[in-house]
Amino acid sequence: MSLLPWSIYVSLAGALLALAAGRHSARAARWVALLAASGAWALTLLAATRFVPGPGLQTLVDHAWLPSMGVHYHLAADGISLTLLVLTGLASTAGVLFSWNITERAGEFFALFLTLVAGVYGVFLSADALLFFAFYEIAIVPKYFLIAIWGSTNREYGAMKLALYSFAGSAMVLAGLLWVYAAGGGHGFAFGDLAQAAATLPRHQQIVVFAFVFFGFATLAGLFPLHTWAPTGHVAAPTAASMLLAGVVMKLGAYGCLRIALPLSPVGFAYWQTPIAWLAVIGIVYAGLVALMQTDLKFVIGYSSVSHMGFVMLGIAAANLQSVGGAVLQMFSHGVIAGLLFAVVGRMVYDRTHTRQLAELRAMPLHRLMPFAAAVFVIAGIASMGLPGFSGFPAELTILVGAWKTNPAWAAVGAVGVLVAAAFTLRAIQVSFFGSVDKPQPAGQVTHLEPITLAEKAGAILLISATVLIGLKPDILLNWINPALQSPLFQTVLRGGPS
Amino acid sequence: MSPDYAGLFQALGPEAALVLGALAVLGLDLTLFRRHSLDERLRLALWMGSLAVLAACVHVWRGGTPGPVFGGVLILDPLAVATRLGVLVLTLLTLGVARGATARRQPAEYVAVILLAAAGLTLMAAAQQLLIVFLALELASLSLYVIAGFDRTRPDSAEAALKYYLFGGIAAAFLLFGFSLIYGVTGSIELPEIAKQISVQGANPLLMVALVMVLVAFGFKTAAAPFHLWAPDVYQGAPAPSAALVASASKLAGFTLFTRLLWPGLGAAAGNPASFNAGPGWLPAVAAIVAASLLLGNLVALAQTNIRRLLAYSAIAHSGAMLLGVMAAGRAGPAPLFYYASTYGLATVGAFGVICAVERAGRCESISDLAGLHKRSPFLAACLAVYILSLAGIPPLAGFFGKFTVFAAAIRLGGVAAPAGSLAVLAIALSAVALYYYLIVLKQALVAKPAADASSIKVPPAMALSLFAAAGLIVWFGLFPGQLLGLF
Repeated sequence: MSLLPWSIYVSLAGALLALAAGRHSARAARWVALLAASGAWALTLLAATRFVPGPGLQTLVDHAWLPSMGVHYHLAADGISLTLLVLTGLASTAGVLFSWNITERAGEFFALFLTLVAGVYGVFLSADALLFFAFYEIAIVPKYFLIAIWGSTNREYGAMKLALYSFAGSAMVLAGLLWVYAAGGGHGFAFGDLAQAAATLPRHQQIVVFAFVFFGFATLAGLFPLHTWAPTGHVAAPTAASMLLAGVVMKLGAYGCLRIALPLSPVGFAYWQTPIAWLAVIGIVYAGLVALMQTDLKFVIGYSSVSHMGFVMLGIAAANLQSVGGAVLQMFSHGVIAGLLFAVVGRMVYDRTHTRQLAELRAMPLHRLMPFAAAVFVIAGIASMGLPGFSGFPAELTILVGAWKTNPAWAAVGAVGVLVAAAFTLRAIQVSFFGSVDKPQPAGQVTHLEPITLAEKAGAILLISATVLIGLKPDILLNWINPALQSPLFQTVLRGGPS
Repeated sequence: MSPDYAGLFQALGPEAALVLGALAVLGLDLTLFRRHSLDERLRLALWMGSLAVLAACVHVWRGGTPGPVFGGVLILDPLAVATRLGVLVLTLLTLGVARGATARRQPAEYVAVILLAAAGLTLMAAAQQLLIVFLALELASLSLYVIAGFDRTRPDSAEAALKYYLFGGIAAAFLLFGFSLIYGVTGSIELPEIAKQISVQGANPLLMVALVMVLVAFGFKTAAAPFHLWAPDVYQGAPAPSAALVASASKLAGFTLFTRLLWPGLGAAAGNPASFNAGPGWLPAVAAIVAASLLLGNLVALAQTNIRRLLAYSAIAHSGAMLLGVMAAGRAGPAPLFYYASTYGLATVGAFGVICAVERAGRCESISDLAGLHKRSPFLAACLAVYILSLAGIPPLAGFFGKFTVFAAAIRLGGVAAPAGSLAVLAIALSAVALYYYLIVLKQALVAKPAADASSIKVPPAMALSLFAAAGLIVWFGLFPGQLLGLF
């Protein structure tokens, strides 16, 4: 367990080394990045083998950082953070593999990529709200440059919109945290201290503070109607950045909602629970319907991410042990599946055909030209639809069952979202890869595409194995997650239930 | 009590070092170095100037005995010592930046005047008597007017100096008027005595008039809205190193002086920080200036296309935040404000340093002149990213902790519902707006491709050292904020 903080340091060191190596050659930079990303991932896996599940955060490092204000450099982990740390390692390693073709300013690319990853590891390990916030911002800034420099469609707009939404959200969080901190007499930012301080505020103030912190984080989680940055950002981003963005960065928001906002003020949460849940289910269905209407394949995936994140938010809003456990599982599952989908669309298809328009893809016999990509996309699509055998199934099922216990109506509308997801996923698969199956090939068509590289195959296999493994044995993660939900902080907001 | 001339001399060691340094720079330039080339003369003058600043640093470090000096004319408390060191470090960095400026006529005079300005600023940091306050302020201001107008080849520079001088002159008049009223009300020019008298007499209409005068004057000096009009023109027209000094060291010393004047001196007339309805005081007036500066600075900055004007409006916004720190200093102490002002100074010196470096290879007026800086000089681009992100308040850079500590102190005054708290929330909201214009700058520097005729930029070693030191200090104090915040 004590190895976990090194995931941050290894990523940061990797960022510096990649920057230096990039001055030498792109090849050196990408090997450095691969070593750093997989090294950090290996650390999380190693820590996972020694992990003893239990309630509450297990402290790894605790130094006074800013003693006069009670800020600590306090890193700790429980089953929830561990799940997301493993996901981060997986997604970042796969992200490097799918960025193997980056040649322009490669050193800077991987440096920013690894800085972002370090920020994400830091967020998942923080046990001090201010430290959490600092890492959270470290993860936001590199995204802007990754998209603005290496992105595609409308990249400057997408990058700026994403940065401003994220930053506005984090400004709300900071205001809320400082509010509670001041109310507590300035003792510190430990999660428990903040919850105690918030309890001293009058009810109406608790309601406002909770809204600041929760909706601040929910912006990054893509909660409807704060999600509009997500599709444009995902679409503009280079493949690896979309994978990280959908795979782990949106999870930062959801994790913030769960870890900080929920325990902060049970009173505020009780007030907002119903609106949040309805926003989540509206998001699930609405984003699914919008995905159904898209003409750009990457927008389909972008909106599907918003829809799937809606399940995470629904699980959190339903606030019982089962639904929240499902939400964490869904964070992992969606992180893997969204990474896979973006990898196919951004790296395998777009980098070779230079189009993502469904109408143009329909005309290409992609299933014949790229059988591997087609197979991966079908698998990812099936996983994304939540079919049994893949991680999406236990995750979404647990969330819906959990939500049903709190309010059957939420579960019912959420289930409609599953159907919509099946519809847009099938349409995307059919149109993009199998659009020309029964048509004769028109003359002057593309007949050859650059073959799928080893790096891409390795990345795809990694992600597919993860989703199948968790689909078949979700207990691996649930055995970490469920004990963590027994911690006293969560007990104040979560209703019990068999789990 | 007999006058303690030895103590006074010891306390004024740094100023003496700076003035002697200025004289030496002038003397040697007129005699020994006379026949050297302009560039060589600038180099020698800067080396000697830097030595003088370092000597002053040593004097501050070894410093006199803490406490009042010469019957209370000066005070050597932690804030004074820290501010003096801060001012000297910022001056040193400015001298390094000036190494990269193209050699003008009279390089030695330029360095000598910078040293005199620094002497005025270090004196401001320790002044505790109204006469000394005014003298220090005028010494610093007059020197700054001169260096603002030093580039005689450009009309912009003359315009900057003239505007700065006229506004500054009026501000000085306001200040002197305010001081004379304070003297009339309290019968003293020494801050501890003034404080005693005010707490005995209570609020007094004449005192309120005096306070307004003082606030107006400091509003001018710190470029806070609505007294900010000179700032964009000065930042735009002055030579880059001069603008750097105006924006950094002069701000730091100004805010220290302002805090000292308002809290230990006029604290009894502050009013209630938790609620403005409780009685008259200067807090409501400062709060109005804070709100105006935050809104005007951040919103107008959005519309700027000139990099220096953008920095000027961002400076106005930062002044608003620092004034919030002044409001909170009564309870939280000067630590958050000092941290904010000094780290802001580092970032600003750096940003103007980068502008100065880019000017070596062409123009640097519009933001798009920074285009492709990452190709033209990766070092400058990396430094600029650190400065700008620090100004934007991104952790783990020092700018984040500046904002964080000041806002936390302001909210702690009376919760978010109290005036200072709501101003802090406004400032946090506007920091999200500010990110937009900071990212616009970085977009040009790091994302955009260089213009076709843009050449790569060579940075002289002294300047590179200066920029690197500024960036390094920003990162260092961001990672270890307790090192500055724990000083007080």
